[in-house]
Amino acid sequence: MMNERVATLREQSLKAEARVSTERAELMTRFYKSAGVYSAPVLRALAFKFLMENKAIYIGDGELIVGERGPAPKATPTYPELCCHSLQDLEILNSREKVSYTVSEEARRVYEEEIIPFWRGRSMRDIIFDQMTAEWKDAYDSGIFTEFMEQRAPGHTVLDDKIYRKGFLDFKKDIAQSLEKLDYLNDPDAYNKQEQLKAMAICADAIIAFARRHAEKALEMARFESNPTRKKELEKIAEVCHRVPAHAPANFWEVLQCYWFVHLGVITELNTWDAFNPGRLDQHLYPFYKQGLEEGSLTKEQARELLQCFWIKFNNQPAPPKVGVTAEESGTYTDFANINSGGLKPDGSDGVNEVTYLILDVIDEMRLLQPSSNIQLSKKNPDRFLKRACKIIRKGWGQPSIFNADMIVEELLRQGKSIEDARCGGASGCVETGAFGKESYILTGYFNLVKILELTLNNGIDPRTGRQLGLKTGDPAQFKTIEDLLDAFKRQLKYFIDVKIKGNNIIERLYAAHMPAPFLSIVIDDCIAKGKDYNDGGARYNTNYIQGVGLGSITDCISAIKYHVFDQHNLTMQELLEALRVNFAGREKVRLLLLNKTPRYGNDDDYADDIMKMVFDIYYNEVNGRKNTKGGVYRINLLPTTCHVYFGSVIGATPDGRKAGEPLSEGISPVQGADRKGPTAVIKSAAKMDHARTGGTLLNQKFTPQVLEGDSGIDNLAHLVRSYFKMDGHHIQFNVVDAATLREAQANPEKYRDLIVRVAGYSDYFCDLSRALQDEIIARTEHKSF
Amino acid sequence: MTGTIFDIMRYSIHDGPGIRTTVFLKGCPLSCWWCHNPESQSAKKEILFNRDRCIGCGECKTVCPAGDGKCLACGNCAGVCCSGARELVGKTVEPAEIIKEIEKDLIFYEESGGGVTFSGGEPLLQADFVQCLLELCRKREIHTAIETSGFAPLEKLLQLSAGTDLFLYDLKLMDDLKHQKYTGVSNRLIIQNLRALAAQHDNIIVRVPVIPGINDDDGNINKTGDFVSALGIREINILPYHKAGMDKYERIGRTYLLPGLEPPTGERVAELAGILQGKGLKVKIGG
Repeated sequence: MMNERVATLREQSLKAEARVSTERAELMTRFYKSAGVYSAPVLRALAFKFLMENKAIYIGDGELIVGERGPAPKATPTYPELCCHSLQDLEILNSREKVSYTVSEEARRVYEEEIIPFWRGRSMRDIIFDQMTAEWKDAYDSGIFTEFMEQRAPGHTVLDDKIYRKGFLDFKKDIAQSLEKLDYLNDPDAYNKQEQLKAMAICADAIIAFARRHAEKALEMARFESNPTRKKELEKIAEVCHRVPAHAPANFWEVLQCYWFVHLGVITELNTWDAFNPGRLDQHLYPFYKQGLEEGSLTKEQARELLQCFWIKFNNQPAPPKVGVTAEESGTYTDFANINSGGLKPDGSDGVNEVTYLILDVIDEMRLLQPSSNIQLSKKNPDRFLKRACKIIRKGWGQPSIFNADMIVEELLRQGKSIEDARCGGASGCVETGAFGKESYILTGYFNLVKILELTLNNGIDPRTGRQLGLKTGDPAQFKTIEDLLDAFKRQLKYFIDVKIKGNNIIERLYAAHMPAPFLSIVIDDCIAKGKDYNDGGARYNTNYIQGVGLGSITDCISAIKYHVFDQHNLTMQELLEALRVNFAGREKVRLLLLNKTPRYGNDDDYADDIMKMVFDIYYNEVNGRKNTKGGVYRINLLPTTCHVYFGSVIGATPDGRKAGEPLSEGISPVQGADRKGPTAVIKSAAKMDHARTGGTLLNQKFTPQVLEGDSGIDNLAHLVRSYFKMDGHHIQFNVVDAATLREAQANPEKYRDLIVRVAGYSDYFCDLSRALQDEIIARTEHKSF
Repeated sequence: MTGTIFDIMRYSIHDGPGIRTTVFLKGCPLSCWWCHNPESQSAKKEILFNRDRCIGCGECKTVCPAGDGKCLACGNCAGVCCSGARELVGKTVEPAEIIKEIEKDLIFYEESGGGVTFSGGEPLLQADFVQCLLELCRKREIHTAIETSGFAPLEKLLQLSAGTDLFLYDLKLMDDLKHQKYTGVSNRLIIQNLRALAAQHDNIIVRVPVIPGINDDDGNINKTGDFVSALGIREINILPYHKAGMDKYERIGRTYLLPGLEPPTGERVAELAGILQGKGLKVKIGG
């Protein structure tokens, strides 16, 4: 059910072209050019204030929820203080075939004359690359890992319910209290805390001013509005924007508008990764929904309409434009605001309520890329909830994904969170676990597990370049057992993890020193209490992640070596290495042997699955528990976004029969096409991993639509999910589209512009994906049934 | 004791309730024209050859004991065929081996109310073997179903009846002459057996494949419905013909007798369902 207003707004959002807006870059340049001498947090706060006071205010026809990050929908700002795009970058953004952003002549001129001359050499990106060692750069250039913070700021956090309990005027009081308590005599950090707190207060004023500018604009528009209904709406918008987020919201409408201003604040202050999201929106909204219905001030239809308008606002904000490796690892307009529904309440009871179902309706009706959506499924949640979600999944556009809420609690508890904080947690981005409103959980980059194996098989030399990139861990032809290979792999892995973490720790300090986020810090516990910035350990929990990529591929590679070289003696190591070196040219038989006659992950076969567990342990032991610079530690998760395609492109032929340059497996899914025993076998294989020791894993399954037909199709899908979660799986998502349709779409993209598929932890337009990624998705085994 | 199977399929969701594992037993006394598992018919092992996959490496010839003579179905060629073009269909197995495979998906059966289905081929051809499997399942409290053509000595059917939770019983054609033409056997035994089984067993679902131009006429469906409801059976599944098995005929070196036959339209299937519902039967399309 979509009324005319919503249908029009939705259509406008879909049709709007993603383009680069120089508004933010120009304002930032103007600010920094004339800025006085301030501490870093105050400087950043004043910059934020300048933006909030000067950026254009946009209120579109018919809108109920208002506010844009850019001057108009999909006008996407840039962040030159973080990454200053070159003219060449802008040309690439403008002309690339996929995920392009229109860059006008005027924008280029502004960049050439104003932005680039000022920011070149001063952006975080320039500073970071300048600080990195030769080993780091070599590894980065060779595709061993990526670096999340080279074009975007650390982010990855989600909001809890605090902004619905307190307005920013209340936060200002908390800040003032913290300032009063500072002990300048005994606390050597008192000054730093003072500056941080002052900065937060400035930001609180700034967001209130931003909201009130919307109120003024709405009133002005109301004055000239001839349609009396719209006039009233504009007056209502003015009233709402005058109240929130200065004050805690008092009703359903105010809750959504309040969140939206905070959202815009966070994503305007910095281009944080994995756009902020409201977390348990259903639980936050429910008291206001109930109250509104009881008082008669809200109807279900009004609530639905407001939610739909809210949804469209997310879709109006494409990810900030990315270039280079960042564009390769995350090639999508999606900015990963991922709304959680269901799950548990803080007291551990069933969190599903009427708003949960309303939100599921909205997801179903809106069919938008953004926001992304997921359900948090606890064993305490009713089947009706799961089945409602399955019915949306069956429609084939990949939303919502499904998380095991009970497992997420267990993962967070294992990391030392309190039980309440754990239950308020959930998933964000693609599949990442966090304690909402209280944790900074920074993804630092993808890590190419298969490339490490390739180096190990070449005694540390990268076969692509012939350079000694890694350690000399020995001539593999001399390895007597699979354990010899694994030992060498471990040493090689440790070397590169050290390089990565050393780089991370420097980058983390650079952000703490130069790019604090005082606005974000207001809404994340315990930044105000500690007087510390989000980017400097102010959050209650500070976790860093390195995301392992290619688990299925590396498992099959090691399985192939173990099986054919050491167990069955079908091949010598030399023969294998030679076949890889020539990319199987003239050795198709060897390739097919490796491909078809190897025990492979995803078939519930312990031979392969035990290897998966072994690789998992090696990676886990190397990363988990390492210290970051914010008082927290490193943990692992296993997800790829689109990085499995990039990582595959830098690796030669591999022992699983994969040819050079082809994509790696994604998430914890089996290698595309390797799973031949159906979905229960895949799920059993994946569940052999100890998900509790991760901060998120991603399992993709593809079904033909026929498998999910009828009530029994839905029932069995629900059973499949419940069974996986009984076995402590973390997450599962589904693509429901047949390969024939995808091939047809590939051949005739113009006819399939609206075809949305599940990629990694998000959905995307199939036609916007790179050819390699399209092929990869087609190759994922589609589970059929006769 | 051993039996011969040709496949075990997990996440089987159209052969009985819930998520199931279907064990396909090899060998069938019928040879239906529309059979989508032609490799299930012979009780002997066979070599399936998929021409598209063959890379012509010639490895198969070097290990073939028959030379140019008759294939012994020893499976040597399939063993060395890297591309998977040659496949040995048919495996002699011990019950324990099958149970091990069945048990892998216990958690899914429990969650979904599923279990195991013995299909084929014709499971009654290996009744002693199936009985052994049924007993092993019963001990493990796994729900069991048998999908049968009903063409077997009655005592075999009744031998398994007590240990089977659900029968999926095929009734392809009521007209005996047509039945003989299209399946190779008379339906007299099938009909008698169903009558006898229905008197003993209260959980039978009758399944009717809908093959356009062969058994999809109102007359056949009416007769089927009348017969079934008179037996006190409450549920019937209609399985629309599909072409998924067509290319298997080429791989097994046989000619498909229904080339060009299209699946029934959705409307026709719905009409047939309506006829059966009119007789008080619960009808499910697609099993």
